[in-house]
Formats: sequence, structure tokens, C-alpha cells
Amino acid sequence: MGKITLSQVRKSFGEVDVIPGIDLSIEDGEFVVFVGPSGCGKSTLLRLIAGLEDTTSGKIDIDGRDATLLPPAQRGLAMVFQSYALYPHMTVRKNIAFPLKMAGMSAAEQEAKVQHAAKILNLTNYLDRRPGQLSGGQRQRVAIGRAIVREPAAFLFDEPLSNLDAALRVTMRQEISELHQSLKTTMIYVTHDQVEAMTMADKIVVLNAGRVEQVGSPLDLYHSPRNLFVAGFIGSPKMNLITGPEAARHTCTTLGVRPEHIRVGDGPWQGVVGLSEHLGSDSFIKVEVDGIGTINVRAGGEIDVRHGDRIRLAPDMDKLHRFDAEGLALK
Amino acid sequence: MATQSSRSAARAMLSPTVILLLIWMIVPLAMTIWFSLQRYNLLYPDRTGFNDFGNYTRFVLSPAFGGAVVNTLILVIGVLVITVVLGILIALLIDQPIWGQGIVRILVISPFFIMPPVAALIWKNMFMNPTNGLFAEAAKVIGLSPYDFLGQAPLTSIILIVAWQWLPFATLILLTALQSLSSEELEAAEMDGANALKRFWYIMLPHLARAITVVVLIQTIFLLGIFGEILVTTNGGPGTSSTTLPYLIYKEALLDFDVGTAAAGGVVAVILANIVAFFLMRAIGKNLDA
Repeated sequence: MGKITLSQVRKSFGEVDVIPGIDLSIEDGEFVVFVGPSGCGKSTLLRLIAGLEDTTSGKIDIDGRDATLLPPAQRGLAMVFQSYALYPHMTVRKNIAFPLKMAGMSAAEQEAKVQHAAKILNLTNYLDRRPGQLSGGQRQRVAIGRAIVREPAAFLFDEPLSNLDAALRVTMRQEISELHQSLKTTMIYVTHDQVEAMTMADKIVVLNAGRVEQVGSPLDLYHSPRNLFVAGFIGSPKMNLITGPEAARHTCTTLGVRPEHIRVGDGPWQGVVGLSEHLGSDSFIKVEVDGIGTINVRAGGEIDVRHGDRIRLAPDMDKLHRFDAEGLALK
Repeated sequence: MATQSSRSAARAMLSPTVILLLIWMIVPLAMTIWFSLQRYNLLYPDRTGFNDFGNYTRFVLSPAFGGAVVNTLILVIGVLVITVVLGILIALLIDQPIWGQGIVRILVISPFFIMPPVAALIWKNMFMNPTNGLFAEAAKVIGLSPYDFLGQAPLTSIILIVAWQWLPFATLILLTALQSLSSEELEAAEMDGANALKRFWYIMLPHLARAITVVVLIQTIFLLGIFGEILVTTNGGPGTSSTTLPYLIYKEALLDFDVGTAAAGGVVAVILANIVAFFLMRAIGKNLDA
């Protein structure tokens, strides 16, 4: 079981309110991703749940039990740190067994659990090595192994992939997702990378300046962002946000169009092609549209446009996002 | 070729320094070994010539020698234990974010800046003196009779004085090592269920191993040669109860004027120091490997 409920959780460091008050409920078995720009309080929120920081006020329930004042070890949560935080002087085996040893488990039981975790994570051949002799991905797996053996109510991941190179990041992303499929344990994952958030999450919590901007499934957030911040943050390349007369024509203050929802061809907008990036599968084109400004377009890989070409664009009228003066989405 | 000629030019330019340093080292060593094999007593200038290993046997078989070696080892080990244990505790303490941290750290370091004989004299006259000392006054206040530290427990008192001087060094090195421990590692251990004591034992102490090794090795080098503190406090006494190897050599050379035997003692001390270094490196040297 791993149901976590935050009610009015507030955290301030001195005068600064890092988290002015958050209500959030995480269901058992869910993969929840906290995403937001750096400094938005997502790591602090995770550390509050872990118990590594004390809440200034508010209540944290884990499995229906008030855990606000419990020390970290008694909350039944396991954490994977950004730096992995492996114990450098211990072998992989001892690293993974450390929480079991602290719990006073017998040596035979420890060994069985370590072997089991090592098998899941493909670490069996590395058990006698030290962290310093492992690659980044292997260290990451050891850190996960150390979390798994405790059979926690929930796993907490604090930007675990940010120290890996791009290719390894994709592999580890899939491994963590598969791990979640097989363990069915609640996972809370913090990242600033919206691609990680979109690909892994059951539920995304978008944070900005300590406030929850929107909670929902990845596609929810993609299709109906609640406000400008979420609209600009979710999706890659970013949504085009248009203000001025063109927005007024659609009776809103800001008009949002995703680059993939603009067709090149016959349409109402006319402009000059600036930078164009051809990736083969897609082409990202920057177009200086008359009377509107720069618009990013995501077109098919086959399109043949050059710098300076004059083209016409047709936005998909069904998929426009309209926002009012406060930045909230209009229905 | 340019590199070839610049290399030999570098060698030529370096050589005066290297040769000078070599002479600086070789000449005293050779002279010591030479004197150690000679009859050379300033009180009997007529007795000269080779004495073979007579000086060595005399020094090693003299009644004070065994005691001096033991005293030297007790002094070194005693100071090492006190400085490392207290050093770790003080480092843990001043690593905490406290008000006035900067001043506390300077205060902790200050004993290291005081010249050894000055420190020893202050301890002797202002603290340990059985009639005027602060310790004697304190004992009187709580109704005890004053204790004559340097008379009753001379070696222990000297160990205390020397440990006080070397504590800042140990604290400083251990503190920097402690500060290089990542906080995430400690937090991970906390999440793993390790309480403060276990975190210290399983995470901090292994992390400090290398720093402790450095402290032990460097201090051993200096502690083997402790002399000034003994000279100004006990003069090696009462009897020979606080005579160490360096003090014994001093006694042979400058109190008995027996240069030959003192030189032999110097060579013996060098050999003993190397034996100590050998065992030390075997015991803890592996901590220095990355």
C-alpha cells in the first residue's frame, strides 16, 4: 500500500515561502511525476514527503497514518537521489544490503534479498565491486536496488537521470517504467524534463513557484492545459503563444497553437521561413509570420523549404487554445 | 631538437639546487655516522680513534635506553589517541551550524600557533604547578589536595601538553574531511534507517579513514622528535621517567659531552623511526590509495 495525501502542506525557509500550501493526493500504485522549472519547489516537496525536511505547517498522511512528524526511516519510503548517494567504501552487495542490515535482518535473509534485487536489475555480476568501479547507469541501478530491497510503500526519485548521457537516459527511463509495471508500487518522480514526465507518468503534477498549476494525466495536460504556464511547459517544441490582434480575432488575450497543429500549405497566415531544422522524421521550421511574429511549425520530414522562402500556414482551428487576461484557459 | 635541448638545459639549471640539497643531506648524515664510530668525548680530547661499534653498544645497553624507547612510544601513541578521538569529536561539533562559528573555529585552531616551549611553560607554571597552578586552586576549591602533575605523572602530563598542541591540527584536517562528505549520502543512510550513531560508524568514520591516516602519519613524524616540551618541564625526570629517545641523545651530547655516543644514538633513532614508519605504512597505508 502506498497512498499519500498532502493537506495544506507549507514550507518556508526563514522569510521565504518555498511552498505556500499544497493539497495533493497520490493513489496507491500510481506513477506520479512532479515537473516544473528549476527552483519551483519540486525537490523540496519530495524531501518533505521523505521526511528529510520538516513541514512548516500542514499534514502528510501515508497509508492513512499521519506521518508529518515521523522520522524518514519510519515512513516506509525509499529514495533514489540525484547523485545516487551510494556508500563509496562498501561493495555493491553491502550497499544494497545496508537498509536490511540497519533493520537487523539476518545475514542469510539479507543475501537472499540482495540476490533477488540484483537479478531484477542485472547486477549479479557486479555485487563485489565498489561504486567507483561502476558506470553511471550501473550506479543508478544499485541506487534503485537499495530502494527495492526495503519493499517500501512508495519510491521517491529525485531527478535520477540527470547525470546520465542522453542515450542511457532513454534506456533507464524505460527500465524504471518497466520496474513500475512489475512492482506496482507507488512512485513519485521529480524531474524538470517534460519528456520524462510525459513518457513515464500516470499523473503529472506541474509545479511553479511552489504552487500546483495543474494535475492530470499526460494527455490531459497536453490537450487541455489549464493555464498559460502549463501550456508553455508541456509539449516539445513549445506551444506558440500569440498575442495582439490575431488573438483578439479569436476573442482571447493569448492564443496558443502547438507547432504540430499547423499545416504548411494554403492558409490564412503568410510568412518568411527563418531557421529550419530537418530531422528526417520531422522538420522544425521557424516562420516570421506577417502581423503575428515568429511561429514554430512542426512539419513532416519530406517538406522542402529553405531559409527565406515565403510560405502560407494553416493552423488547425479545432485545436487552438485560448487564454484570458489572467492566463487561464477559456472553454 | 628543441625538446631535447630544452630538457638538458632544464637539467643543467636544476642541478645546482639538487646538488646543494643533496650535500645538505649527505654531509650531516655522513658526519653523524662517522662520529658514531669514533671515540669523541669533549671531556677527554686525548681519547680519539675508531671505536668500532662501541658507541652503539654503549648507547643501546645503557640503563636508560629501553625506558626511553618505551616512553617515546607511549608519548606518540598517547598523543595520537587523544588527538584523533577528540579531534573527531570537536570536528563533528564545530561542523554544526552554530552562532559565532568563525570565532569558535579560530579559537580551536589557536593552540597550534603557540611555540611549543612557551605552551609547555604556561602549562607547567600556570596550570600544573602544585602551589600556584590553576588546577591546584581548583582542587582546593572542591576540597581536594593539589596534585603535582609533573612530579607524580610526568609522562602523562607531557602527553596532555603535547596533545593540546596537536589537537588543532587533527581537528582541522578531520573537519575538512567531514565537510567533503556529501549530505545526500547521510540522508540516504537516514532513509535507510541508520540512526545518528550508526551513520557515524558506517558512513562518517569510513569517509574519515584517509584523513585519520594522514593525521596519524604526519603527527608520528613530529611526535617522535618531541623535545622542547620535555626540556622545559621535567628535564626528562624525575629520574628517567619522562626521558624519551631525543632527550636521551641530547643528554649524551650536551650534558655528558659524549658526541660519539650521541651520534650513535641519533643513528639508532633514525633506524627505529624507519621501523615505526614501516609498520605504520603496512597497517594503515592502504587507506591512502584512492
